[in-house]
Order: sequence, then structure tokens, then C-alpha cells
Amino acid sequence: MTPFKQLTSTAVPLPIEDVDTDQIIPARFLKATTREGFGENLFRDWRYDKLNQPKPDFVLNNPAYAGDILIAGANFGCGSSREHAAWAIQDYGFRVVVSSYFADIFKGNALNNGLLPVTVSPAVLDEALRTIEQDSGARFTVNLEAQTFTNEVTGTVTEFEIDEYKKTCLLNGYDDIDFLLSQREKIESFERQRLDFSL
Amino acid sequence: MPTLFDKVWDAHVVTSVPGGAQVLYIDRHLIHEVTSPQAFNGLRQRGIPLLRRDRIVATADHNVPTKDQDKPIAEPLSRKQVNMLTENCAEFGVELYGLGHPYQGIVHVIGPELGITRPGITMVCGDSHTSTHGAFGAIAFGIGTSQVEQVMATQCVLMEKPRKMRINIEGELQAGVTAKDLILYVIAQLGTGGGTGHFVEYAGSAIRNLSMEGRMTVCNMSIEMGARGGLIAPDQTTFDYLEGREFSPRGADWDEAVAHWRTLPTDADATFDTEYTYRAEDIPPMITYGTNPGMGMGVTDTIPEASALHGAASMEKAMNYMDLEIGQHMEGMPIDYVFIGSCTNSRIEDLRLAGSLVQGKRVAANVTGIVVPGSQQVAKQAIAEGLDRVFEAAGFEFRGAGCSACLGMNEDKVPAGRYCVSTSNRNFEGRQGPGARTILASPLTAAAAAVAGKIVDVRDI
Ligand code: SF4
Repeated sequence: MTPFKQLTSTAVPLPIEDVDTDQIIPARFLKATTREGFGENLFRDWRYDKLNQPKPDFVLNNPAYAGDILIAGANFGCGSSREHAAWAIQDYGFRVVVSSYFADIFKGNALNNGLLPVTVSPAVLDEALRTIEQDSGARFTVNLEAQTFTNEVTGTVTEFEIDEYKKTCLLNGYDDIDFLLSQREKIESFERQRLDFSL
Repeated sequence: MPTLFDKVWDAHVVTSVPGGAQVLYIDRHLIHEVTSPQAFNGLRQRGIPLLRRDRIVATADHNVPTKDQDKPIAEPLSRKQVNMLTENCAEFGVELYGLGHPYQGIVHVIGPELGITRPGITMVCGDSHTSTHGAFGAIAFGIGTSQVEQVMATQCVLMEKPRKMRINIEGELQAGVTAKDLILYVIAQLGTGGGTGHFVEYAGSAIRNLSMEGRMTVCNMSIEMGARGGLIAPDQTTFDYLEGREFSPRGADWDEAVAHWRTLPTDADATFDTEYTYRAEDIPPMITYGTNPGMGMGVTDTIPEASALHGAASMEKAMNYMDLEIGQHMEGMPIDYVFIGSCTNSRIEDLRLAGSLVQGKRVAANVTGIVVPGSQQVAKQAIAEGLDRVFEAAGFEFRGAGCSACLGMNEDKVPAGRYCVSTSNRNFEGRQGPGARTILASPLTAAAAAVAGKIVDVRDI
């Protein structure tokens, strides 16, 4: 996992609520057996028409918007547990997704892949979206160490929450699996005291 | 004063990590072809074996065709994914109920029917509808592929303990109203984010009166309100369902297990972070009008205005996609497809319910109807009861087991612009195929729509 510390970037606005994982990456593109290449089909059915032509009114097809940050409406990533959704967003080139709240499984999947989900208040989210509406070149800073999200245009600085352990993992690029493997002795001793019928 | 959720969770905590996360031991791990290949690859790259291969069961469900299941899968990418599951299971020594196996089926249908699912255990699967298994009083939840790999390697996940919610449904459901209507009603009240961060216990007399199939339907859709999972206290209904199943404990082990399971229900003085109570009598047969499962209403209602749950922009987007209008009645609206299946409603009781309605009737000329049993065992039972002939005589196609038209990944898809009344769990844009328009409903409402060729109130039939 690539470590994440801080970035300043322009952002892509997606002011839609309840963006579900079927929109992020439709099921018919889940047939790959590796983690790479999903970015091509990110938001496939919003991005391309039936003839696979880019739809000009979708934000990813609008050259005015680019950047490492995706700013989206509430309840981002609801729906299935497909980690392919996090892979697709990351493979496309985003490092951060900002929303007023995330679906639980998506959030976990993002964190496990070094894609940082930043939860801000609805007011801060609105302000960020309005800022981009006025100036698509507006920049934002995400500082993981300080746990802050800064709107560089308005100067609004807001703190976001993140689990201490997850923060350390992201800052250093550690995977949960390394930690869990280090707990092997405790896991095996736990197993020994389990009741037979629960096995 | 612990709750059912506390009792099961706390009994599985191996250790706690500073910052709040806990290492949770996982008793059962179900896997399928879509979310496991990258996990097996990860193990291979790291050179790690499975910690407990006897705790994993695999099946192929998402990509499998529901016709000609005895032939190789025609679509090359699907075939490759299913073959890779077979190869991975062989290499790592995992039990596989693949295509052609008498136990093959949707992962959330086979777990319970084989007695792999049971009260008091922890279960995961790389699939959000793992919440289904909570119907037995298990803690069951969906995980991503990175976690699938973690569980393979260590039999544990690292997770913060979710908050606790209780939803009580008191009273008796009206005739024609099913567990599916109950859960669609709850989701319509709370919205798709109403359960975020929580594990939900369903309680109250209407829940206790549900069969295990009904309870599974309810817990299945917990994820549709954003909850991590749902669960229901085990009781005699649970024990009766499990007794004698393939992997259920037997003899003295069974007695000991039941004695333990009886200690699991939530203590009378336990408290929850959030609690809601609804009256069963208030629940009508439900349908969805929009593009998320929270956009549901009574079958005779009109499509509501934008609200705090569904803002104006969301409603407009949904209405455009569905080609419907705020204020419109959907009752009487012609439909094109009916899909009876998915891990929500493809169990034998669902097929009996739908079958009882179509018996001796004909699917309307404008409707294509398919019935897809959730597993080979459900199919076998349905055939033994003559349900396949009931459906076929009515003009439905009766298919082989799999996820089918639930997700637009295999061959079974709904064409763009067409309306499908579906017993599945998600009405997202494109869920049943690009441009497909999904109306979620119970098996009874779906069967009634197939026969009438339009949306109807089953209470009138
Ligand atoms: S039936 Fe549908 S919801 Fe259930 S596991 Fe299969 S694809 Fe997922």
C-alpha cells in the first residue's frame, strides 16, 4: 500500500447523493481476476453512452475538472461490498474521496487500499462544491497527519476523524494483514478455548 | 445486560488495538468467484497458507448461467473467473460446491440450508448480503477482498465494534403482506443511510412470527439501509429449521449447542444506541419507485415529493431514469419483466408463495417471467413439489440456481428501458443490466404483476 501523508489538488465534483457501487463499477466489469485496470470503467454508465461514446455532460468527461480529489454527495459507496469500487476510483487516479458520509464497507475497503475517505459536515461539503462551481481550478488540501481538510479558496479548515490505527497504517503504508499475522499466537490460543460445537 | 449482538461479538474478540479496533475471530468464511481471486493471488504473492481451510466453503453463483448448467460457461470472462475459483480451491484445499454440485447455489442460500450457518457464530463473505445469515442469531457481515485475504490468512478481521440498533415490529402483518414488504417498509422509513455504522437487531412479535425464510429476507436487506448487518434472536423456529441439516451438530452436541443458543437472546434490561418501533398492521404490500431501495411506497400510494431522505436532485435523477413522475400512481402501470429469485427471495417458501398465486393462471402476454431457485437443493425441492410445472404451465421459465438477473453480470439481464418487477434487493440504475428499470417487490406482488401484466395490489386478488 502506498503511504499517504498530504496533498493539495484541484477536485472533481460529483454532487449526487447515494452514489452506489453499481454506478462506481457496474457488475459486468467485475470479471477481472487482478486488481488493476478498473479505472477504465469507473462510472461506466454515467461516463459513456450505449455506443461507448463519452457523454459530454458527465463531469469526468469535462476537461475543466481534474485532480486527485473526488468530492461527492452523502452516503457515497452504498450497495455492494465489491472492493473493485475502491480499486476503480484509485486506478482512475483519485487519492481522496470527500463526502458528508460514507457507506461502511466502502470506507473500510478504501482505507485498506490507501484511498483516503474524508468525512466532512454537510455545510463544509456544500461550501466545497460551491467553490468548485465558481472556479473549477479551486484547490483543496488534505493533511492526514493533522487530520485537516482545507478549502484553499475560502480558507475554511475543518478537522476530520480517522481511527488512530488506520491513520498509522495509511501514513506508513501498512496493511492490516501484516498486523493480523503478527497476532498469530493470540489467535491460536483463542482458538484453543473455543467450544467444540461452535466450530 | 448485554444484547444478542454484544454476546456474540464479545465472545469472538481475540484482542483490542489502541484506537478502538478489535481483532474479531471469524468462525465461518464463505467465498464465491467474484471477490476471491485477488485474495488468493495475494496469499500466493506473500507465500502465506490458509490458516483454517476447514472453515471456508466456496460456491459459484454470480457468474453462472441459469440455463444449460451442464455445459461449459459460454462467456469467456465468466468462465475464466469460475474456473479460477475451481483452481484456487483445489490448490488451497477449500471445499467447493461448484457448478454441477448438488449443493451449488447462491452463497447466502446454501449456508443456512446446509446448516453451515448457526446461532452465536461469526461469519463473513466478500458479499454485502452476508447479513442474511444474521437471521439465525449469528454476526454475519460482508467484507471487501482485502479482508477476504486477511480472513484466509488469519481467520480474523480488524474492525471497530459497530453501534447497536433495535427495530421492533409489533402486531400482525395483513394478509398478502410478507417479510419482504416489512423490510422494504422499514428501509423506506429510515432511508439507505439510516443504519450506517450499526448492527440491527430485529425484534417484536411480527418478527418472532416469521419463518426462517422470512427472517432471512429481512436480515438480507439490512445492508440496504446502510447497516453492517442484521440479526434476530434464535428461538424454537431457528432450532427446528437447523435440526438435521447436513452440517448441524447431532446427538449430545446438538443438545449442548441448543442449550448455549438459548442463552444468546438480548437481556431484558439491555439498551441500544438507537431504537425504532413500527406496527405490523401499518405495513402495506410495498413497491419501489426510484433507484435506491429507500425509495419505496405502498403499492396503492402515489410517488412522493422530494423529502429529507431523498433530496430534489436525487428524486429528479431517479424519476428521469425510471421515466416516472412525482405524484404518479404506479398501480395499473404495465410492466415487461418479472424476476423471482436472488438471495432475498429464492428459497422454497418464496417459490411456494409465488407458485400459489400463479397456479392455474397465465403470465400476461406482455411479460417475460423467470423463476430462479436460489440453490440446487431449492430447485430439487421445488421440482419434487411440482412447482416447476406450476410455473411453466403459467408461462414462466424455471431456471437453474444462481444470482441470475439480480445483478446484470451473467447472461440474465433486463433490456434498457424495460420495467422489471423483481424480488431482488437493489433497484440501482443499471443493476439488472444497462438502462434496466427495477421495481422491487415481494414474491407475491411480483407473481401477481406477472399474471396481470401490470402492477397490482395482491390484497385485491
Ligand atoms: S443474489 Fe444478488 S444480491 Fe444476492 S449474492 Fe447474488 S448478486 Fe448478490
